[in-house]
Amino acid sequence: MLDACDHRSEDTLRVEDPPLLTGAGAFIDDLGTPPGTLHAAILRAPHAHALIEGIDVGEALTLPGVSAVLTGDDVRRLSRPLMVGVKAPIEAWPLAVGKVRYAGEPVAVVVAESRYVAEDALDLIHVSYRRLPPVMDPERALADDAPALHERLDSNLASERHFRYGDPEAAFARAAHEVAITVRYPRNAVTPIETYGVVAQYDPHEDAYDVLANFQGPFSIHAVLSRALDVPGNRLRLRTPPDSGGSFGIKQGVFPYIVLMALAARVAGAPVKWIEDRLEHLTASVSATNRVATLRAAVEADGRVTALDLDQIEDVGACLRAPEPATLYRMHGNYTGAYAIPNLAIRNRLVMTNKTPTGLNRGFGGPQMYFALERLMRRIALELGLDPLDVIRRNLIPADAFPYTTASGAQYDSGDYQTAVATALEDGGYAALLERREAARAEGRLYGIGLAAVVEPSVSNMGYLSTALTPEERAKAGPKNGAQAAATIDLDPTGAVSVQLDSVPQGQGHRTVAARLVADILGIDPNTVRVIAEFDTAKDAWSIAAGNYSSRFAAASVGAVKIAAERLRDRLARIAATQLNAPAEAVVFEDGRIFAEGNPDNAVPFARVASASHWAPGTLPDGMAEAIRETAFWTPPELAAPTPEDGINSSLCHAFIFDFCGIEIDRTTGQVHVDRYVTMHDCGRVLHAGMVEGQIRGAYANAIGATFYEEYAYGDDGAFLAGTFADYPVPTAMEVSDPLILHIETPSPVTPTGAKGVGEGNCMSTPVCLANGVADALGSEADLVLPLSPARLMPLIGGEEPQPPAGAAPRPEPASGGRTLTGSGSAQVAASPQDVWEMLLDPQTLKSIIPGCHAVEEVAPHIFRADVTLGVGPVKGRYIARVALRDLDPPNSVLLEGEVNGALGTGGGTGHVTLTPAEGGTTLAYRYEAEVGGKVASVGGRLLDGAAKIVIGQFFEALGRQAGGAKPGLLARLFGGRS
Amino acid sequence: MTTLAATETHTVRVRLNGRAVEGRATPRMLLTDFLRHELHATGTHVGCEHGVCGACTIRIDGALARSCLAYAVQVDGATIETVESLAPERGRLSVLQTAFQRHHALQCGFCTAGILMSLDTLLGAEPDAGEDRIREVLAGHLCRCTGYQPIIRAALDAAARLREGDADA
Repeated sequence: MLDACDHRSEDTLRVEDPPLLTGAGAFIDDLGTPPGTLHAAILRAPHAHALIEGIDVGEALTLPGVSAVLTGDDVRRLSRPLMVGVKAPIEAWPLAVGKVRYAGEPVAVVVAESRYVAEDALDLIHVSYRRLPPVMDPERALADDAPALHERLDSNLASERHFRYGDPEAAFARAAHEVAITVRYPRNAVTPIETYGVVAQYDPHEDAYDVLANFQGPFSIHAVLSRALDVPGNRLRLRTPPDSGGSFGIKQGVFPYIVLMALAARVAGAPVKWIEDRLEHLTASVSATNRVATLRAAVEADGRVTALDLDQIEDVGACLRAPEPATLYRMHGNYTGAYAIPNLAIRNRLVMTNKTPTGLNRGFGGPQMYFALERLMRRIALELGLDPLDVIRRNLIPADAFPYTTASGAQYDSGDYQTAVATALEDGGYAALLERREAARAEGRLYGIGLAAVVEPSVSNMGYLSTALTPEERAKAGPKNGAQAAATIDLDPTGAVSVQLDSVPQGQGHRTVAARLVADILGIDPNTVRVIAEFDTAKDAWSIAAGNYSSRFAAASVGAVKIAAERLRDRLARIAATQLNAPAEAVVFEDGRIFAEGNPDNAVPFARVASASHWAPGTLPDGMAEAIRETAFWTPPELAAPTPEDGINSSLCHAFIFDFCGIEIDRTTGQVHVDRYVTMHDCGRVLHAGMVEGQIRGAYANAIGATFYEEYAYGDDGAFLAGTFADYPVPTAMEVSDPLILHIETPSPVTPTGAKGVGEGNCMSTPVCLANGVADALGSEADLVLPLSPARLMPLIGGEEPQPPAGAAPRPEPASGGRTLTGSGSAQVAASPQDVWEMLLDPQTLKSIIPGCHAVEEVAPHIFRADVTLGVGPVKGRYIARVALRDLDPPNSVLLEGEVNGALGTGGGTGHVTLTPAEGGTTLAYRYEAEVGGKVASVGGRLLDGAAKIVIGQFFEALGRQAGGAKPGLLARLFGGRS
Repeated sequence: MTTLAATETHTVRVRLNGRAVEGRATPRMLLTDFLRHELHATGTHVGCEHGVCGACTIRIDGALARSCLAYAVQVDGATIETVESLAPERGRLSVLQTAFQRHHALQCGFCTAGILMSLDTLLGAEPDAGEDRIREVLAGHLCRCTGYQPIIRAALDAAARLREGDADA
């Protein structure tokens, strides 16, 4: 019998690599499409909150090459809303129906012969919006007077639940100290470099959809999809491409687009392909939740925590989209972290705001939770005058307590946190780091040490989400639990071995690990085993837990592979036993041969036995099933449904991480330098050292981004402000330091291989470890909000801000919301004030001098409507401008009030123009203030300011040219004006 | 100066990875779309279409360029090299590619094409490039999977082997 620890494959080269290294990968946009495939582009909302009063698609449909345009009416007619995870009257559609609730929400889909033509047609769709006040802040969203996003719900509270474990009130009453902290965790996402892609087909004869998408699971979403498309599950065939360009949870969020493109294919009567662009992806794909959490701890004099009280406000964005509220409940069993805290109270509120709906993201709930908990542990130490390291150590779950059940019901499978911490301190050089801090501080430098202890859950219980329901609601809905993993192994007529996985990898080397495992069990060369990772719901064995999330591969998918391989081996052993005249128990599989123990000379080739069920089924031992295909399902019995008392074992495995860091803040720039980072992991058995290291390094780099750089920022007006990689700075090789990675191993007793998940931990531990380091360096317990940018840290460092260099431009005033543009200038015009005045009021003149203007119409006295094309950086689009002239004082001054609306954004503002007679004509002076929102605002303020100056400059330049007599007709009119 | 009609397609002839090829492109067709969908060289990937992520990096007449920031018609007559040109022959890997595999310098492999082009160019021009120089060049690329350090190790390893004259890893 092979032992679990034999399945290691440290030195194995990945079978995935050669195609990826030579440009032969098979990502979704690399694959051929069915003949006649059309291409989709999506029109997106420029407003965060607005009623759709009308959509005119007539002009778009006349553009040659356009096949169809879908709007919310089509989606409502042909599909059903996406299912919502709590009992609340919230409708979630893949395309706005009647109302838009976040900037970037899909409003219409154009299907055309090429992506280029489809995008052209977007400019020809005219949508009338009535803007509503946006709700951006989760706390303000709960106010009585906050506008409600969903009409059938009279507030923005989607769900509220209270939980109580042990006796928290008594513990707080007894406690020597009470320590509290409020933490605001921002929005971000580990955005992958490959965006979403979908190729959809519809067969009207069978009323069946066939969709290829770079979806990552969980395939519980398949049920949401088929329900939305209003077909039984067997009428939705969902496939994934062989390669996927990273996901980190994000590609779960492609699922509304699966529905949308399936409907587009149905309406267009042809296959439809859609590849998302980066602006779409950053704006509107999916985000992690932002959260406001207030934690209170009941603390003994020595720093031991006896009770925790959590009050969490979770901002899920514009609607509750599946699988939310999973971000909040995934960690439900883990809210006491790595600590033995017996009493716990939790209040969870789910709030909707006018932001992109949330979903899976690497770490899933962990970054938000641990940022609060580990900031609290540090604050406890400071308030009690203790060493933060001692507070952590005093509260860690004792090594002899495993398996340990947390207050809220998680069963921590294994661990030795004390040994892990001690080893990390020793091997990671903690004593030397303390000295380093002393030396730096002696020189007046801002140096700090941060700590974090984290339990990383993996293999999610498919029942944890039902903790969001009350016990009564759960009883009505029926129990949900488990985490079915599936694997299939085939033996073909040549005796070759193929493996089908349910794990949908995005670069984690699953094929390599599975091949090695199966080869070990069957005694054959790993290079002869073929592992197929592309996924097809019509032909593969799968269940709702399938997919690549919650770090389930090493623990769950590999477990199913192992069971399937062992079952096949046992059957092959029986077949071989008759040929070898030996008992099946004594049959050995080695080097591609099968023989009886102790008699390796009398061997039969593996391929002969493996193919026997195809060629000679009559020779199989009596009553034995054939050995051709074996499918194993495995679900851990430990993953039970929530108890009536709301206890939930939310995940199967629980790895442990202890991190410490030394950081330095530059006093002049506010930049944080990570001087040293040590991360200790106990992820049970390490199945492949190189790949485990790769997972840790990747999560660490993602965490550096979340800590210092990345934020899905919004203006107060709801405009999304991070639409490019210039505005959403993903860290490069210059920003990511090299952490020291350490391991101890306490194998999991509940997984077939002893392995636990490892892919997400540093997304949970690193941001708060670094923030604690920053707090230590600052010597302040100010509330730290990520990302810890120089702009946020400079006020905390204190001291005088250095003067800008001589001659530098004055600093612009900060924007109040969206992007505020201000400017002023003057121009000399070779015409009298009266002539200039008349030009400014004449639609024909305005048309010829407004840059990019197609038409100007005076719709009412002194109210003009203009149709203009404006370009800012990569965002060029057509806008309708309405300008009203007020406070007219001819020919001296006028106030212009205007607003601009287009698919790419909105603007509004005022301009004050004065005309004064001057030598040879008129001096025209102007000043303006404008707010810009929508897609345009997301490309960056630096571009906008410059673009506004250029456009306005062009306007007055053209005015001067006109007045100078460029056109005879105009001159005649001007002369006429003089007479 | 040549004038191209905006609504018509034009023949674009290039030497792609050593072979003379041609395809049709409207003046606004991006070079990335031309390479991938007209010439079916899908190894070059598109990550952002605004020149930041580096996944689409190729060589145009020997110089590194972001192919998402160029139009197809701009490269008419040019010599283009993409990731598909790096292996010495089908079924084998270059020294740099082998080092990437050995050091786990890729996971999902989506950004890898551009990174290989930049590092291959660097090691060709500066065989003695050290860690700082490699890091500087690598900073023109975004990778979400690896944390970059394995890529730096792979490049240093490849540089050392290339200096020793090991042409096949």
